[in-house]
Formats: sequence, structure tokens, C-alpha cells
Amino acid sequence: MNFPVLSVIVFTPMVAAALLLLMPAERRNETRALALAAATFALILSAWVYIQYLVNGMTGYQFVEEYAWLPALGMNLIFGVDGISAPLVLLTGIVMFTGVCISWGIDDEHAPAGIQDRPREFFAFLFILASGVFGVFASLDLFMLFFFYEIAVFPMYLLIVIWGWVKTREYAAMKLTLYLFIGSVVALIGALAMYYEAGFNSFDMRLLETANFSAAFQNAWFLPTFFGFAVLGGIWPFHNWSPDGHVAAPTAVSMFHAGVLMKLGAFAALRVGVMLLPQGAQHWSWVVMTFGAIAVVYGAFIAFVQPDLKYIIGFSSVSHMGLVMLGISTLNRNGLTGAGVQMFSHGVMTALFFAVVGMIYDRAHTRQIPELGGMMKPLPWAGVGFIIGGLVGMGMPGFSGFVAEFPIFMGVWGRQWLVAVIAAISIIITAAYIMIAIRKVFFAEMPANLEGHIRPLTVLDKIAIGLLCSFMVGIGLFPFIMAPMVQTGVDHILHLLGGA
Amino acid sequence: MNSLIPILPEIFILALAILILILEPFWKAEDRRPLGWLTAGGLLLTVVLSLLFAQPAAPISVLGGMLRFDWLGFFFKMLFLVGAAVTSLFLMDVEKINRRGEAYVLLLASLLGMNLMASSANLVMLYLAIETTSIPLYVLAGFLRSDDKSTEAGFKYLLFGALTSTVMLYGFSLLYGFTGTTDIYALAGMIQANALPLGLVLGVTFLVIVGIGFKVSIVPFHFWAPDVYEGAPTPVAGFLSTVSKAAGFSVLLRLFVVAFPLDAQAWSLIFAVLSVLTMTLGNLLALAQKNIKRMLAYSSIAHAGYALIGVTAIYMSDGSLSPLGVTSVVFYLIAYIITNLLAFGAVMAFGRIAGSDEISAYNGLSRRHPWLALAMLVAFLSLAGMPPFGGFIAKILVFAAAIKVGLVWLAVVGILNSIIGLYYYLIVLKHVYLFRDEATENLSLPITRPYALALFVLAIGVILIGTLFAPWFNMAAVGALNLF
Repeated sequence: MNFPVLSVIVFTPMVAAALLLLMPAERRNETRALALAAATFALILSAWVYIQYLVNGMTGYQFVEEYAWLPALGMNLIFGVDGISAPLVLLTGIVMFTGVCISWGIDDEHAPAGIQDRPREFFAFLFILASGVFGVFASLDLFMLFFFYEIAVFPMYLLIVIWGWVKTREYAAMKLTLYLFIGSVVALIGALAMYYEAGFNSFDMRLLETANFSAAFQNAWFLPTFFGFAVLGGIWPFHNWSPDGHVAAPTAVSMFHAGVLMKLGAFAALRVGVMLLPQGAQHWSWVVMTFGAIAVVYGAFIAFVQPDLKYIIGFSSVSHMGLVMLGISTLNRNGLTGAGVQMFSHGVMTALFFAVVGMIYDRAHTRQIPELGGMMKPLPWAGVGFIIGGLVGMGMPGFSGFVAEFPIFMGVWGRQWLVAVIAAISIIITAAYIMIAIRKVFFAEMPANLEGHIRPLTVLDKIAIGLLCSFMVGIGLFPFIMAPMVQTGVDHILHLLGGA
Repeated sequence: MNSLIPILPEIFILALAILILILEPFWKAEDRRPLGWLTAGGLLLTVVLSLLFAQPAAPISVLGGMLRFDWLGFFFKMLFLVGAAVTSLFLMDVEKINRRGEAYVLLLASLLGMNLMASSANLVMLYLAIETTSIPLYVLAGFLRSDDKSTEAGFKYLLFGALTSTVMLYGFSLLYGFTGTTDIYALAGMIQANALPLGLVLGVTFLVIVGIGFKVSIVPFHFWAPDVYEGAPTPVAGFLSTVSKAAGFSVLLRLFVVAFPLDAQAWSLIFAVLSVLTMTLGNLLALAQKNIKRMLAYSSIAHAGYALIGVTAIYMSDGSLSPLGVTSVVFYLIAYIITNLLAFGAVMAFGRIAGSDEISAYNGLSRRHPWLALAMLVAFLSLAGMPPFGGFIAKILVFAAAIKVGLVWLAVVGILNSIIGLYYYLIVLKHVYLFRDEATENLSLPITRPYALALFVLAIGVILIGTLFAPWFNMAAVGALNLF
């Protein structure tokens, strides 16, 4: 491999952001076109990486690139993907592309859609965020992982506070930023402790995996490291920032936030927490499992009683990310594989949910379920998309959600059947709130004040919905395009855990 | 001739000051603005020539043992020169200063003192250097005589500065009385050989900390900073909070690390307490500020606290030295100087048109001037310690230095503090990017060429330090190793 595909993927959004900022402010459509071009480019490359990994039946870390950065302290820029991160890189590409599609906007003050206010700055900040996310998924160096992790956090503040929902944006943005910053610096201390304890003078995670930290060290540092990252994964009881952030954020940012950023937390918790401190993970897995199970059930119950569509999806994300945490806590093949697939599946699903909700809100100017209705007729694409997303959320066979959730429950059952039973309650509640939402929003009678005010979707909106749906159905019908690949990554983790 | 090479930068600074004094009377009063270009250009030329011809090799002591010519000193000198060059660009468009040759001469005189501070190896030389630095700065802080606040700032700075430097001088005199030498490296030998009573060493340490603590605004010697920063002309405040503070740290490192090698426990106790007090108080008080210059004053106190984490972390738990401690301080200062100059520069560029330094006056800035808003974004996020800006790496390095020597709790305090910091920096950005002000946001905000140039260079610098950090780190590491 001579073409440095991963670094091109990581830095494409960053370069695009710099170019965007150089565009004149009044060339709004050119700005958007440039953003779309960059997003398409990143999507194609990330899909290429995924397909190569899949078709060639690769295992372990692939597409590895190494650049010396600060050799004196062993900080190097190392990129590489394995079976767990390759799908997540693809996911980021998808969400970035669809996020740009639905943020296109039209310059008409009376028909709000997408981003109308300063699109140049919006796309630039969004792309800096995307660069950070790509960087975390692709980094094999612990320091660089942090570097990109923080890059992914701070643009959120600006994106929410400037383009967010007027009522709560200041509060939500500050809360989100402080939560995530606290989490990441707590994890950072853990990472620095590992660096010095290992004594390799290197942040290379492939090397740190072999460090064989003492049991006492692992037990002491696992919780801060894991939970520091898991805050971003929305783990209960540190999930509080997440629904508020989802609600306040503009549509594309909600998509990024729920679709990708929360995976960032779970992924980093898995990679740094579990993979570098495997004994600590075994020692504390019951804590993670308890918190995960609470998140699954609690999130579903709260989502059930929300009248605001965005809050419903926000809390359903807490619930679904709880499943990821449950899967991780099992530390067995089924559970971890399920968690890996669930990260992708949930990412695509929530991105779709938020995209649809954003489209509805732009047209109806409300997200309150009682004030909505009959959207199926004017917005059939949105309706079908929402229903497919809902089926994924419920874990219906034939959709990606089933491929993810079924192994998770199998894995949990293998560890502690009682938790599996309790967590399974959430499936019923999820089905209930999703079906209620679908019925009310899409099929009930349309309120009179909305009649005739619902504009049809644009082509880009439809492309976004179609792309997201095709992944959910594709993986549901053909699990072998993702599950075995994730399993290769899981096998490596099991090896580190000392198992098969 | 060779013995003059080590003081090449100082010779150039002096020549530049004399040149300005000679040229000034020949130019008409209203045409004297280019003096700023001249100063900045001259200083940059000095940097280039020094880098080409006056690089130190192995550390040597020169001019009868008065100065020590080594990488740490050289490195600080270059930093000061760049900082002063930027400051003279900033001076160019401040009314009532920009056409006064003496302002630039005072700046250069104080820069000369700082350069000597960074390299003095003798207590007498050190004291002279500190006074050479301080006296021009007292005048500069009170330069706007018709402005009550500026006069107050100058006078307050003078009183605090005179008092603390006297205390420090008393400490020096005690040392001389007991040892009969003023050479720092000779003193170090005597202290290491336990030739001096421990009580004396500790006592002198405290007296000297008073003097240096004032310069770098360590709590509890910080009281002057907010008032002086608020009242002084903004470029001078920027200079005080960056270059002058780094000069203080250069002395702190040389004097304490070399001359007073206390045992590891006493050392980390003293500096850990100072560090925690400084960053916590600085950050908590910054939270409540409504004036951006006062906020930056408290934030700069807090940053002195973060840098002190690195000073604390120079001894491993077994008593051996950990070079990462000094390296991290030097790196921190590089990042901090560039970042804070950018912050003050943006405040200046805004304040001179808008006529206000209230944080609420920044409402709507991102619509009024997106580029200036972006410069503020870079500066404040770097101060908050966010990548890809310099402040992030700097903070990581001081925390890593602390964890390396087992001071995990100190790193945790530092991190809690940076969360408070993040909060108030984000508040400023909220005013810049979110809040609107219909009355002003459509007005133009002209930025003159010197400001545009300085802000652009500094912003690029902040990003370069934050991304390609290896060269800076290596320079800092070489400097740290050269100290002993």
C-alpha cells in the first residue's frame, strides 16, 4: 500500500475547512458545493478502505502509516484500521456526506431549510469535527488519539451555540462541552499513567497492548480511563449532556453527535480502556454491565414519555448506546461483535432519525408529537425512512439492528442471564414509543394549520435518506458484509483478554 | 571580538535604540509612525543575525563570569525579541504612543534588560538586569499621562515592583554576606556541598520568590496585575503578561534550579503550593470579570500557575532530576507567549475602533469582522488548551511532567483548573460568535496593516506550535539540558 489513504481521509475535511474559510462569504452556493465535493471524496475513500478490508479478507491492523512526530517522547502519527474501526470510518464518511446533503439549505428567508446563516463557517466547523472523528477511529497512537478526540469535541460548542435551537442552545452547548472535556482529561491522566508505567517511551497502542501492566495498576486505572471516554458514549449516569445536546444542535450536528460522536466515546473506551487494560476490564466488567443495563432500560422509559421528537431520539440513543456498553461488558465474542455492529447500525439509524426530524421541523416548525400528523402524504421519503429506522431500532430481523442486538443479548445471557432479561424489557418499550411516534407523526390526521404548508423534500434530502436506508437494509439482509469483519477485530481483543 | 558574539543581540538592541533616538528629531511629529516598522524590522533582523552568527555551542561563561552563554538563555532571548517585535507593531496604532520615539526606546531598553536576565550568571548582574527591565516598564504602563487609569497603573506597578525587588535584593545581600561570592554557579556548588545553613537557604529562597513572584504574578504577589493590565496601554499590558513574565520564568529556572537545589521534598512542597494557589485563584477570579483585559490578567495569573506545575516537577521521587520538567516549562512559555500576544492583539485591534474593552462589546464581532473573530477563536481555544493549537500540547507536557514524577494529584488540580478556564474562555467566544448587536455589527472594523500582519503571523504560529511540535520541543529540551 503506497497511497496513504487513511491520512488522506483524515486530513481531507481539515483541508476543506481551511479552503471553505477562504471563500468569500457571499458565494454561498459555491461554498456548499465545495463542502459536498469534499464530503463525497471522503465517503468514496472510506468506502474504498472498507471494501478492500472486506474483499481481501484482511485481519489485524491494515493500511498502516507511520510518521515520526515527536520521537523524543514517542509520539508518532500512526494510522491504521482493524475490523472494528474500518466500519466506523465508513460510518463517519456516510454521516459526513449525508450531513452536508441535508444542510444544503435554500437562501429564502420564508422557507427555512438546512443552514442559511453563514454556511461557510458552519461547514468549516463541521469538517474540523469530522477530521477529528476520522482521526480517532484511525489512530493507533494513544497521544494522537487524544489529539483528534479533543479536536472532535470543541467545534461542537460553536456548532450548537451558533446554529442550534434558540431556546436551549447556550445551556446545552456549555453543558456538553464541559462534560466531554472533563471526561477526556480524566481519561488523559489514565493514558499518561499508562505511558509512564509501561516505560516503552512510546504511545504506540500496538506496543502498549503488550505492556502487561500489573493487576493493581490495571484495576486502579481502568475505571477512570474507561468512563472518561464512555462519557462521550453517553453511558448512564453521565448521559445527561447527551439528550440536551441532541435537541439543541442543528440537524447535521445532531446526526454527527448521535451518529458518530457517541461511537467515538464507546470506541475509545473499548480501544484504550478494554484493550490496553484487559485485566482491569475483567475486574470491573460488572460495573460496566450494570450501568449499561440501567442505561438501556432507563433510556427507553424516558424516551417513551417524551412529547418532543428530538428528545425521544436523544433518549433512545442513550438506550441503544447502553446496548453497546452491555456488549462491551460481556467481554465475549458474541457480545463484542454485537457491540461493534451496533455502533455502525445505531450510527446510521440515528443519523437517519435526526435527518428526518430536521426535515419535518424545517417545514412544520414544531417537533411536538401532538402538534404533528399526516406527514406521510407530503413527505413519503421521510416517512418510509423513519419507518425503516424504527424497525432497525426495534431490532426487527432483516434489518441491521437485529444483526447487532441479537448477538449482544446472546453474549449478555452467557455472562448473566438476569441482566439479559431485564435489558430485553427495553425492546418492548422501544417498539412502543417508535410505533406511537410513527402513527402520530406520519399517519394521524394532519392538523389544519399545517395543511398545504409542507414543502416536498429536495433531491439531496432524498439521496441522504436513501443512502442511510440502504445500509440498514443491506446489513440486515446480508450480515456477512459486516459481522465477520468486526469479528476479526474482536478476536484480537479476546486474545488480549487471554481467551481464545 | 569573539567575546562580543554572545551579546550580539544586546548590541543590536542598543544600536537600534540609539538609532531611534537619533532619527526621531529629524522626522516630523506626525510622520513618526514608521518608527514601529523600524523597531520591528530591526528586532527581526537581530533574530535572524543571531541565529546565523551567535548560536551558542557548549555553555560558557563570558564577560568576567557576569553572563552565561547557553542554549536556554539564547532561546529565551529569541523569544523575547520576537515578542518585542510584535509588541512594537501593536504600538504603532495606539494614539498618543505611536508617534513618540521614547515609547519604542523604552520598549527596547526593557527588552535589553530581559535579555540580560535570561543569561545572567551573577547576582549583581541579575539585579541590574531586573531593574533595567522594570524601570522602563513602569514608565510605559503610565505612558498615557492624561488618562487617570494609566497613571494609576504606572504608579501601582512602580510601588509593587520597587518593594518586591528590594526584598529580593535583601536576599541577595544575605547570600553575599554568608558566602562572599555573587556568582550563581559558585553559589550552587557551595549549597550542594552543604556549606551553608539550611535555614539561610530557605530564607533566601522565600525572599527571592517574592521578587520573582511579582514578575511572573504568582499568588500572593499578583495584586498589581489586573489593575495594571486594565489601565496600561493594551500593547504594554500584552508585553507585561507575556514577554516580561517569561523573563521572570527564565530567572526562576536558572536561579532556583541551578543555584538553590533544595531537596526534592521541600522543593515540590513550596512550588506545588504556589502553583495550586496561583492557578486556582487566577481562574476563579477570571470567572467574574466583565472587562476582557482584567479577564486576561487573571487568566495570565492562572497560566503562570500551570507553568509552575512544570517547575514543581523537576525532581523524580528518588531525588534525581527529571529534564521533562524544565522542558515543559520552556515549551509552555513558547506557546503561552505566542497565544497571549494573539489574544491581546485581537483585543487591541477591536478596542481601538470599538472604544471598549467590555466583554459584552464583542457581541456580533463574528459578523462584523469574521477574520478577527477567527483570530480570537484561535487565541482563546489555545488558552483553553484545545488542539490543534499550541496551548494543548503545552498543557499536556506540563501534566505529563507532573505525572512522570508521581505528582498525579497536581496534574488533577491542573486539569480541574483548565475546566474552569474552558468555561470563561468559551463565554468570550459566545459573545463573539453567538450574541448579536444590531447597532454595531454592520459597522466596519478597519484593521491596520501592522495589526493584520502581527495577528496573521501569531495565529499561524499558534497552529504550528500545536501541530508540528517536535522542533519546538527539541529546542526546549536542549535548553533544559544546558541549564546545568
